[in-house]
Amino acid sequence: MIEVKNIYKSFDGNQVLSNISAIFERGKINFIIGRSGSGKSVLTKCVVGLMEVNEGSVIFDGRDFTTMNRKQRKIVRQDMGMLFQGGALFDYLTVEENVMFPLRMFSKMSKSEMKDRVQWCLKRVDLEGKNHLYPSEISGGMQKRTGIARAIAMNPKYLFCDEPNSGLDPQTAIMIDNLIREITYESNMTTVVVSHDMNSVIEIGDNINFIFEGKLWWHGSRREILYSDNKEIGEFVFASEFMKEIRENLRREGAN
Amino acid sequence: MRTGTCRSAIFAALLMVTLFRSAGRYVLLLADVFGKPERFAVYRRLTVAEVDKIGLQSLGIVALLSLFMGAVVTLQTAAQIDSGWIPKWTIGFTTRQTMILEFSPTIISLILAGKVGGNIASEIGTMRVQEQIDALEIMGVNSAGYLILPKIVAALFIFPFLVVISMFLGISAGAFVGETTGVISFADFQYGLQYYFDPYQITYALEKTCAFAFIITTISGYNGYFARGGALGVGRASTQSVVYSIILIMITNYVLTQLLLL
Repeated sequence: MIEVKNIYKSFDGNQVLSNISAIFERGKINFIIGRSGSGKSVLTKCVVGLMEVNEGSVIFDGRDFTTMNRKQRKIVRQDMGMLFQGGALFDYLTVEENVMFPLRMFSKMSKSEMKDRVQWCLKRVDLEGKNHLYPSEISGGMQKRTGIARAIAMNPKYLFCDEPNSGLDPQTAIMIDNLIREITYESNMTTVVVSHDMNSVIEIGDNINFIFEGKLWWHGSRREILYSDNKEIGEFVFASEFMKEIRENLRREGAN
Repeated sequence: MRTGTCRSAIFAALLMVTLFRSAGRYVLLLADVFGKPERFAVYRRLTVAEVDKIGLQSLGIVALLSLFMGAVVTLQTAAQIDSGWIPKWTIGFTTRQTMILEFSPTIISLILAGKVGGNIASEIGTMRVQEQIDALEIMGVNSAGYLILPKIVAALFIFPFLVVISMFLGISAGAFVGETTGVISFADFQYGLQYYFDPYQITYALEKTCAFAFIITTISGYNGYFARGGALGVGRASTQSVVYSIILIMITNYVLTQLLLL
């Protein structure tokens, strides 16, 4: 479980996050949603330590990450896996070498054990046989799956996904969503997903945190989000006429 | 008048603040770079790859430039001493001194600041804007050490070799051009080459080269590591790395010459 307590973050006097507290539960897919510029990416970067908070704390299973020194953070970070928006795969390494990278740096596995683990990870994300291709030689969806394989190579406790579906077609997006769901439940991970994609939120979101103007505006389950009367979340989730129609239908069905 | 002075003072103060801030970030980055590597074997493999990339792949341009520099120095010197009072062997002597003391260590380092420095800054800068450095950090890897240390070690190892090759090729080209154009015989050139030769000058040149190698790799690494803002940012980082490396090489060249030769 990850606890975020009263986080504040500003850049040159511009307050981006203001008193944000949230709990990301273990074995669940915790979403951070919000409009562009609302501060959700900054919040994620603060949680994983890529940015320092001005105030507040981030606690990973009782360990206060914000007060740790570099060495202590390194230990916690070996329990983290992250899927980046653009994949962030190393261009000069093949798919196999990318997935093997964290194992090579930190595990005490033999080369054959590492190969077996990489093979397992690639099979898990349905990328068998793509071992020797470079990131530039595979599609965007495959790059995301390679990113997931790399993120789970060290069998992490915490999985962070930054816009996992951006730039993907709907079918591939659903495949990535299912993969995140399966991996989270199989390994009982604490998964945090930053997304704009309402399909993903409704499909796999267990806990949803809505950030608005740098504040945690609303949180609840995917069912609650459909029936919420909150104006801002309504405008965000049901932005299109089509979605508004769906909401009206849902409400009518609920009333009946 | 007073407003102008005030503006200048504010500008100077801001410049000083920026300079100190950058110097501080540079020192802190170096502290990270020289942190304990996670896996020596991985760093060793990277260093070997860098020796090939920044050293051996620069051999062609170094050889070409050195050949022409040596040839031109010989012809230029011959043209300047067209007098019976100055012996011909001075051409060989001048070519040797010029190549060993300045042209090979300094000019070749300036060329490498453009080729290698620009490459390092754009490579690391691209990794920064594509979040690859963030990915390293999330994994718990010391990204500064992983990306910059192998380049420093490789450059410190291979640049002196490149400079020695440059000296050899430059002087050889001078001797060849002198003989073939008839401005000096090979025997005279050889006499000048051996005249009052002090081996310490080679040591001095190699010491300078190591300092320049350190400047090029760390300044380029610094600019790439802190690159921001997509392709434009990477381009800016690459340009800055070359400009700052050249400026620092020239200043260091002056300081080291004063310290080591006089």
